[in-house]
Amino acid sequence: MAVKRRPRSTGSSGLGLGVAMFLPAVLYVLLLVAVPFGMAFFYAFSDARIGSGGEHFVGFENFSSVLENPTFRKALGNSFIFTISSQILVLIGSTALALALKDKFRGRGFVRFVILLPWVAPISLGAIGWKWILDSIYSVINWVLIALHIVKPFDKPMWLGQPVLAMISVIVVHTWRLMPFSTVILLAGLTAVPRDIPEAAAVDGAGFWRTLFEITLPMLRPILNVAMLFGIIFTFTDMIVVYVLTAGGPYDSTQVLPSLAFFTGIQGSDLAAGAAISLFLVPLLVVVAVLMLRMAHRAEVT
Amino acid sequence: MAIVETRAVTKVFKAGTLGAVNDVDLVTEEGEFLVFLGPSGSGKTTLLRMIAGLEVPTSGEILIGGDVVNDLSPRERRIAMVFQSYALYPHLTVYKNIAFPLRAQGVPKDQHKKKVEWAAGLLSIGHLLERKPRELSGGERQRVAVARAIVREPSVFLLDEPLSNLDAKLRASARAELEQFHRRVGTTTIYVTHDQVEAMAMGDRVVVLHKGVVRQIGTPKQVYDDPADTFVATFLGSPPMNLLENGEVIVGFRPEHLVPAALAPSAPIKLTMKIHNVEYLGSEWIIYGRAEAGPTPDKIIISRLPNADLSIGGTHEFAVAEPHLRFFDKTSEKRTTARALSWP
Repeated sequence: MAVKRRPRSTGSSGLGLGVAMFLPAVLYVLLLVAVPFGMAFFYAFSDARIGSGGEHFVGFENFSSVLENPTFRKALGNSFIFTISSQILVLIGSTALALALKDKFRGRGFVRFVILLPWVAPISLGAIGWKWILDSIYSVINWVLIALHIVKPFDKPMWLGQPVLAMISVIVVHTWRLMPFSTVILLAGLTAVPRDIPEAAAVDGAGFWRTLFEITLPMLRPILNVAMLFGIIFTFTDMIVVYVLTAGGPYDSTQVLPSLAFFTGIQGSDLAAGAAISLFLVPLLVVVAVLMLRMAHRAEVT
Repeated sequence: MAIVETRAVTKVFKAGTLGAVNDVDLVTEEGEFLVFLGPSGSGKTTLLRMIAGLEVPTSGEILIGGDVVNDLSPRERRIAMVFQSYALYPHLTVYKNIAFPLRAQGVPKDQHKKKVEWAAGLLSIGHLLERKPRELSGGERQRVAVARAIVREPSVFLLDEPLSNLDAKLRASARAELEQFHRRVGTTTIYVTHDQVEAMAMGDRVVVLHKGVVRQIGTPKQVYDDPADTFVATFLGSPPMNLLENGEVIVGFRPEHLVPAALAPSAPIKLTMKIHNVEYLGSEWIIYGRAEAGPTPDKIIISRLPNADLSIGGTHEFAVAEPHLRFFDKTSEKRTTARALSWP
């Protein structure tokens, strides 16, 4: 017996369900992204300070004073150094790792797990570990260097206490943290390269490096771009490693924009200046976001 | 140009299991077109990949031009290979695809253009040089793959089912082109296929493989007319050879040799067949029947006749003339000597 079905409801109940399913996402974006972002704009043009009510509109005063601040200029430059160098290291390192982990060998699963650890472990935990590794008194690196007679006990490097070494340390630790993510993306990309193609290159007479640079990497380029853009965003907006390892020091030599915004706006109570500093991140992130959307679109089309 | 030789080559992928290739001995002739023919899983591609250097033999030796090449990488073997998938480099234009082996082998740059144009001309793809592989049809990709393989004038040319991704019509014309092409360049060629028509049409000699073992090596005529065992007898030919048990032997004969009894009066085998299916294929008829009497009453016997308007359900007399009978040992299934038959 055929049961006569009621036509599917497109009326109130279906619509209600749709709205209900959609609402959490909308609320999340509104409350946790749009509102703070709007408030940052608002504060950046005001003289807001923590603890004192009654803001006044001050126009571009915050921006001009921030721009004149040498610490800000230092932090802006550092942000670029930090982002660009760690991205270069991450891309080279994760490409090498992905190529090494692509083929089967005994213990590959374990090695993959170990390499993924920096990404899955809480970053503050990892960074504190590194803080001890790089500590001026207890540094295990220095201990090894002294034991190998490479440095003298009374003249050992202060990894986090000398401006250049501190910057290098911050970059290396951040690279250590981002590498697994990039490696996983590249591994996924590598599995999409048919096995025949590197084999054809081998038969055609190409060695390892030519196959890598002329065949494998160009074929991986779309996925490399994705890994790089994510990396830029994660790095440019990140302050955890800097915060835990050096707190921006010594003498602001490792200060980056997010950490400076935090120290100025929250710890220094100058909300207006902090907001103005953080808004300098926006133009670069907009460019990266546009590039990412365009790439996602291209991936959909092809 | 060079001769390829394998000596007791074996490939075992997983210790303890049966090898993909077992104890294969073969020698090509200079400039020969040798076909590896076998069903899927017969080890033909593995054997080819070992010759190419993409797979390491578990034991045995591979020689190219008289030298053992087991320890040489693919690039050092001076071979060229066309993959089943063509394996074109998707990010490079056709020109750059064809030029890649020249660059990789350090051919001076000023010769590239001339050589690429020569190879492209040979395959008539000169007008496609600026395209990317994704803008090409299946047939065009196959030509690019062949051009890329031939451009550096290799000593041995290996082809792994290069026509299996083409549609039937294109396959026939591409086959004819490859044959002409081989005649023109005369490079020793090893061609892997599971298609017996391709093997028969193209091969100077055919190597029939089954479960990693060479069953027979011979000219297309030898493997068809004088199969070494029952596997070769049934794998080649469509419909396959009829095999009937008779005492200690298996008697085989091709469907085209099972003719109406009137055409073979003194034949040793006479079969009274009840016809249960007839297929008309335009140039021929395929007749399926069962012998009314004889040792194998349930066995379906196939006849292929140029002209036979027989109706299903009818009973007819068929016969096979003496010279067309092939005898196989019942236990080993290998070819054995002809003998007198006691046919009821």
